[in-house]
Amino acid sequence: MPFRGRRNGGPTESSVGAIGQVAEIVRHRHALSLLIRRDLKARYKDSALGFLWTLARPLTQLAVYVVVIGHFLGAARGIPDFAIYVYTGIAAYTLFSDIITGGTGSIIGNAGLVKKVSVPRELYPIASVGGALFNYSIQLVILILATVVFGAFPTSWDLLYAIPGILLIVVYGTALALLLSALTVFLRDVSYIVEVVLLLLIWLSPIVYSWSMVRDAVSPLAGGPILMEVYNANPLTLGVLALQKAIWVNGQGAEYPSDLLLRIGISLVVGLILLAVGHWVFRRLQGNFAQEL
Amino acid sequence: MTQAPEVIRVRGLAKRFVLRKDNSLKERIVGFGRVGRRHREDFWALRDIDLSVRAGETVGLIGHNGSGKSTLLKLIGGVLDPSRGTVEHRGRIGALIELGAGFHQDLTGRENVYLNAALLGLSKKETDARFDEIVNFADVGDFIDTQVKFYSSGMFVRLAFAVAVNTDPDILLVDEVLAVGDESFQRKCLEKINELRSENVAVIIVSHNLGIIQELCDRTVLLDHGHLLHEGDPREGIRRFREVLATQPRDSMADGGAIRHVEVCGADEQPKESFAPGEDVIVRVSLDGIGAFPKWSCSVGIADTQGRTVFATSTYQLAGEEWIDATGDLLDVVFRFEAPALSDGRYFVSSSIYASYPPNQPVSQAHQAASFEVVSDERTLGPLRVPTTVRIDPTT
Repeated sequence: MPFRGRRNGGPTESSVGAIGQVAEIVRHRHALSLLIRRDLKARYKDSALGFLWTLARPLTQLAVYVVVIGHFLGAARGIPDFAIYVYTGIAAYTLFSDIITGGTGSIIGNAGLVKKVSVPRELYPIASVGGALFNYSIQLVILILATVVFGAFPTSWDLLYAIPGILLIVVYGTALALLLSALTVFLRDVSYIVEVVLLLLIWLSPIVYSWSMVRDAVSPLAGGPILMEVYNANPLTLGVLALQKAIWVNGQGAEYPSDLLLRIGISLVVGLILLAVGHWVFRRLQGNFAQEL
Repeated sequence: MTQAPEVIRVRGLAKRFVLRKDNSLKERIVGFGRVGRRHREDFWALRDIDLSVRAGETVGLIGHNGSGKSTLLKLIGGVLDPSRGTVEHRGRIGALIELGAGFHQDLTGRENVYLNAALLGLSKKETDARFDEIVNFADVGDFIDTQVKFYSSGMFVRLAFAVAVNTDPDILLVDEVLAVGDESFQRKCLEKINELRSENVAVIIVSHNLGIIQELCDRTVLLDHGHLLHEGDPREGIRRFREVLATQPRDSMADGGAIRHVEVCGADEQPKESFAPGEDVIVRVSLDGIGAFPKWSCSVGIADTQGRTVFATSTYQLAGEEWIDATGDLLDVVFRFEAPALSDGRYFVSSSIYASYPPNQPVSQAHQAASFEVVSDERTLGPLRVPTTVRIDPTT
């Protein structure tokens, strides 16, 4: 059996680098699945309704947005099947925000394990991603049921847009979760900053309003096209747009940014680079986790 | 045993902690640059440690609080990264650092067992195969399907220990764990550790309980302020450790009056280590500079390996005020314990000097300054030896 070890304050298993670390994570996939299950179980343990509570927040948001923004403020007028439109966006946003909120607190929340057991620490933020994906899958089921009720079940090939859409959100979410989980250990303020930014993010993507409303409002401005490009570059915006294109079938007449697929592709490549950077930072910082916690 | 393969190899290991006194964004920004430096302080918890442990060896890490024992254990366990040097290991590590810290309060015992075992590297199938053994060893019975937050502290510890030792570790790290749990469970743990040792598992134990260290370990490593002071025979290691403790600065002794030496003797007043049950034990406490105190008394306590005081007395309790003003710079106080009813095991002798009257705060203390053992073939639990007969009556 070979010796395995660490040296000189470098990242754990420094000799094997990022690829080796990924292999190490794959080797611990059983532990990962148990960690995900633990998080899900622990969250709603002792509550009578259990998992149903995961739906309470997005459904309340949905109701508020549909009634207040959709009908009182009139945003629903240009958007058919407004409830499905909003819910598609909210579910995507919830996935993103769950990954990031859960990921940011994952190392601190697992302080006991981090200080005790020598497993790849990436498992903890990744477990948050897994938990968030599980919750998202429940929401997707609700969403699909809703499309059936509305008689707008997605059958076109556009449904395939869902794959890059979800992928985009997961890649950016995971990259940020890795980065933020490590930073939070050293600077507890990070979790509060994240909270505020996430609050802002839901309004920066076409979730309760339509993309064309933004375009119509921004384009006449000086520097409008540039502002629009910035708005379109937001990976959450692209993810939400892709999912809307996939699931919200009655919005066929709706407008999307030009070359949506290309934009998603570029964003995905950037996201993967960000993921590598996030992982690199994580590996640099994790050696000091146990003493900072 | 020298032929056994090396399983832990530590070379030139050093660990530095940076002590920061600011931990919020505001403090960092405000204190950025020059001012920030002032809030940083380097602290070397370990320096230049070389260590090699072979399969089947049991090594005790000893040293006073803050000497770096737990840090070394965490470095070996891979929880901390070294600042300098290398730590390498072969095989699976079962760590009992901060026991049960990996347990989630809201999960049941069963769920925690599976999770902990998975984190220690076991597959589901492997855990399934060992599950009954773990539950039996932990002796938690039906509580296995109860959330662990409802466990007694004893059950919690037992379950955590059971998982760690039943995951087929090649290396077992034990940090001050045996101090918890009742005596029968401690005995079970010690037996399990002995069993693992015979299965060629390398065991590293951190404990303040020198009795357990001496009983279990093939070798001790003595750390003092992060330096490796001694490595080798446990008896020698423990003797050196006592020296270290004795040379620790003692503020209370500034005005003189120290315990120079504590010695355990047999009935013939010659130093003696091993006693038969019921044999007289004489403890000789040599004092230096006691003349500085107008009134004083000397106490002696005998504790078992778990640190429980079995018996304690003092010149004040035995002779009242008769000797409280005895003078002379060099004095020996000789206690004679007649036929102490102690059972099998090792006992530690501590002594204190009090200069106030009636005695309250000691001015000089020698903690576990000497030890002796009682050897008998009686198998009972507890420090007390009680001649016992037993019979069985048929009830009508």
